[in-house]
Amino acid sequence: MTPLDSDIAHLLAGSMLLVSFLLLYQDRMFALLNFFALHACVLALSVGWQAYLQRAPHLYITALIALAFKGVFIPVALHRIVVRLGIHRTIEAVVSIGPTMLIGMALVALAIVVMLPVTATEGVFVREDLAFALSVLLLGLLMMITRRNAVSQVIGFMSLENGLILAATGARGMPLVVEISVAFSILIAFLVIGMFLFRIRERFDTVDLQALDMSRGEASGGEA
Amino acid sequence: MSVAGPWFLSELAAGCVGWLLLLSPLAILIARRRHGSGLTYGACALASCALALVALLALLSPSPPAAIELAVGLPLGRTILGYDPLGAAFALIINVATALVSGYAIGYGAHAREPQRVVPFYPAFIAGMNLVLLSRDAFSFLVGWEFMSLASWALVASDHASAENRRAALVYLIMATGGALTLLFAFGLLAGPSGGYGFAEMRHAAHLAAAPLVLVLALIGAGSKAGLVPLHAWLPLAHPAAPSHVSALMSGVMTKVAVYGFIRIVFDLAGPPSWWWSLPVLVVAGITTLLGVLYALMEHDLKRLLAYHTVENIGIIFIGLGLALAFEASGLKAAAALSLTAAIFHVFNHSLFKSLLFLGSGAVLHATGERDMERLGGLIHRMPVTALAFLAGCIAISALPPFNGFVSEWLTFQAILLSPQLPQWVPRLIVPAVGATLACAAALAATCFVKAFGMTFLGRSRSTAAAEARETDGWSQVAMLLLALLCLLAGVLPGFVMDALAPVMKLLLGARLPVQSSEPWLRIVPIDSARSAYDGALVLGMIAIAAAATALIVRRFASHALRRAPAWDCGFPDASPATQYTAGSFAQPIRRVFGGVVFRAREHVTMPAPGDTGPARLEVELHDTLWEALYAPVIRLVDAVTARVNLLQFLTIRRYLTLVVSALVLLLIIVGATR
Repeated sequence: MTPLDSDIAHLLAGSMLLVSFLLLYQDRMFALLNFFALHACVLALSVGWQAYLQRAPHLYITALIALAFKGVFIPVALHRIVVRLGIHRTIEAVVSIGPTMLIGMALVALAIVVMLPVTATEGVFVREDLAFALSVLLLGLLMMITRRNAVSQVIGFMSLENGLILAATGARGMPLVVEISVAFSILIAFLVIGMFLFRIRERFDTVDLQALDMSRGEASGGEA
Repeated sequence: MSVAGPWFLSELAAGCVGWLLLLSPLAILIARRRHGSGLTYGACALASCALALVALLALLSPSPPAAIELAVGLPLGRTILGYDPLGAAFALIINVATALVSGYAIGYGAHAREPQRVVPFYPAFIAGMNLVLLSRDAFSFLVGWEFMSLASWALVASDHASAENRRAALVYLIMATGGALTLLFAFGLLAGPSGGYGFAEMRHAAHLAAAPLVLVLALIGAGSKAGLVPLHAWLPLAHPAAPSHVSALMSGVMTKVAVYGFIRIVFDLAGPPSWWWSLPVLVVAGITTLLGVLYALMEHDLKRLLAYHTVENIGIIFIGLGLALAFEASGLKAAAALSLTAAIFHVFNHSLFKSLLFLGSGAVLHATGERDMERLGGLIHRMPVTALAFLAGCIAISALPPFNGFVSEWLTFQAILLSPQLPQWVPRLIVPAVGATLACAAALAATCFVKAFGMTFLGRSRSTAAAEARETDGWSQVAMLLLALLCLLAGVLPGFVMDALAPVMKLLLGARLPVQSSEPWLRIVPIDSARSAYDGALVLGMIAIAAAATALIVRRFASHALRRAPAWDCGFPDASPATQYTAGSFAQPIRRVFGGVVFRAREHVTMPAPGDTGPARLEVELHDTLWEALYAPVIRLVDAVTARVNLLQFLTIRRYLTLVVSALVLLLIIVGATR
C-alpha cells in the first residue's frame, strides 16, 4: 500500500465524517435527503477504494449495493414520501444547530481518543479508519436524538449504518453474506418505517413524534 | 464390603436423582388423576428409600465409592457426582426423613384441593436436595441448591390465593437468591484465579488470605437457608405457608442441606481454621438459639411455633459446629470430633422430630382446619394416634431422655465442658456463656412444648372444629409412628449413630470418638468413662420400672373408695372452654421476663367506664424487633428507590435513545480515560 493509497482512503473516510456534519447542520428536509444521498455515495466510493486496495472483488458488490440502495433508491423514496406528506418545510431540532455541532465535535474527539490507543497494534490505516467510522456512528446517533421529526430520525439511523459499513470494510473481512443481509435489513427497516410514517400521519395529522407521546398520555409539557 | 461393591453406588444414587427429576414432568400429567398424587408420593418414597440405602452402603464401605463424571455439564466446569462419608451421612439423614414424609404424603396429599400445584414440584425439591449432597463440584452443588430453592419456593407459593402466602413466598425467594449468591462468591473465592471448581481441586488450592471471607460468606449463604438469626426472617413465614408435608421437608430436611453446605465449605474446603473463626459462629448460634425459642414461646400458631423452633435447633447445631472449629484450630482433635458428632447427631435428630411434629400439626390442621392453638384443645380424645406421635416428638425436641434430642444436646454440653482446655481466653470466656444460653433455651423449649402439646391435645376443645375432629388416615399415622419410633431408637441406641459418623470425623478432622458399640450395656462414653457416660437403654428401663412400680403401688395401695364429682369443678361449676388456661396465659410469665427487651411487649388494659356493662379488655402488643430494625429500613429504601426509578417506565422514545447514547458515550469516555 503506497502512501497515496492510504491518503486517498483517509480522504474518503474523512469526507464521510464531513458529510455527517453537513447532515447535522441541515434544517431543510430536501437538503437533508440530498446530503444523505451524498453520504451514501461517498461511502460507496470509500468501499470501492477498499475493494481495489484489498483486491477483494466482493467489496465492489458492497459498494454497488450502497450506491444503489442508499445513494439512490432510499433518498428518492423518502423524497416522494416527504412530498406526499408535505413536511418539507422544517426540521424541528430539539437542540439547536450550534450546540449540536459542538457536541458532534466532542464526540469525534472522543472517538479518536478511544480508538487510537485501542488499536495501537493495528496498521495505521485500520486505526484511523475505525476512528472515522466510530465518529460517523456517533454522529448518526446524535442526529437521532436531537431531531424530533420521524424522517430525520430515519436519516440518522441510515447514516449510523453507513458508519458501520465503513468500519466493517476497513477491518478487512466482512463476508458478502453479512453485507447483503445488512443491506436487506436496512431496506426492510426503511419499508417498515416508511409505512409507519404514513400510518402516523393518518392517525395524527403529523409526523412529529411528540404526537405519539401525547397519545400515550405522557407528553410531559414542552420537549423543546 | 457389600456384594454390590462401592463402585456403582454413585451411579445408583445419580440414577435415583435422575428418576426423581423425571418424575416431576410425569407428575404434571397425572397429578389430577384419582391416584396421581398418591402414586407420585409413593414413587418419591421409594426413591428416597433407595437413596438412603445407597448412602448407608457408601457410609459403611471402607473406601468411599468412586465419583462419576457426567458427560452433561456446564461450560465452565465438569459435573462430578459421588458420595464421600460426609455427603453419605447427610444423604442418609435426609432420605430417611424424606421417605417417611413422602409416605405420610400418600395419605395427606389425597386431601389436597389443587394437587397439581404441589405434586410436580415435590420430586424436583427432593432431587435438588439430593443433588447438593451428591455433587463433588461447585457447579452441580449450586445447580442442586437452586433447584431446591426454586422448587420449594413454588411449593410455598402453591396456595397463592392468600396475600400472606404470597408475601412469604416473596421474602423466601429474595432470601434464597441472596444466599445462593453469597455461596457462589464463596465458591469463586475457593476456586481462586485458576478456576478449579471441583471440590478436590479446591481442597488442594491454598487460599489462606481469602479463607476468613469464605467463612463469612458461607455463614451468610448457608445460614440464610438454615435460618440463623438475623437471616431467619423468611423461615417462620414460609414454613407455615407450604402444605404440611412440605413444611416438614423444608424445616426438617432442607435446613440440614444448608448445614451440610456450611460444613462442606468451612470444614472441608476452606483449609485449616484459625481459632477466631469459631467466635462469629458461636455468637450467632447462641443468639439464634435463644431468640428462636423466645419467638416460639410468643407464638400461638402451631406451625409458626414449630418453624421458630427450627431456628432454635439450627442454633444448637451451629453451637456444635462452632465448638468443633475452636477445638480443631487448637489441635484438640478428640474434642473437635465430639463437637462435630454432636452437631451432626443433632442434625439427624432434628430431621426426625421436626418432621414428625410438622406432620402432626398437618394432621391437626387437616382434622380441624385450625393452626391457632387458642382454638384447639382436647384432641387427644379425638386423635389418639396423632397425639401419641406428637407427644413423642415433643419429648424428643424438649431434650428429655430417653428420646434422641437429649443425647445430642448432652453431647453438645459435654463438648462445652471441655472448653477450659482451649488455649485462647476469648473462646474460654464465650463458650460457657453459650453453654448457659443453650441450657436456658433447652428449658424454654420444654416450656414451649408443654404449651404446644397441652393447648392442642389436652383440656377441652376451644372450638367446634376441634370438638368434631377426626383421626387422620392410616398412611399418615404409620409414618408418624415410625418417625416417633426412630426418635426413641436413636435415643436408646445412640452408640450406633455415633459410630456410623466416625468416617465423617476421620474425613474432616482426622480423628474419631472412641468406639461406642463395644461399650457394655449400650452406654455411650464420649471422652472417658471416668468423666461422663450415658445409657439410654438403662434410662428407658428405669422409666419403665418406675412407671410400672408407680402404677402397681397406686392400684394396690391407693384407696379404692370411689367418689363421683363434676368434672373440672375447681371453682367453675359450669365452666366454658374459654375459662381454661390458654396459650397466651401460659406464655405470659416468660413474656413478662423477656418481652420488654426482646419484643418491646406492652400490655394495655382497657377498663369499662363505671356503669358500662361491657367487658374489660387486656391487649398485648408485640414487636418483631429484628424485622423492624434490620429488614424494614431496607424495604423502605428499596421502595423509595423504585418509586424514583419508576419514572423510567414512561419516557418518550427519543429520551430512551438519549439514555442509550449517553450510556455508550460514558462507557467510551471510561475506556478512553483508563487507557
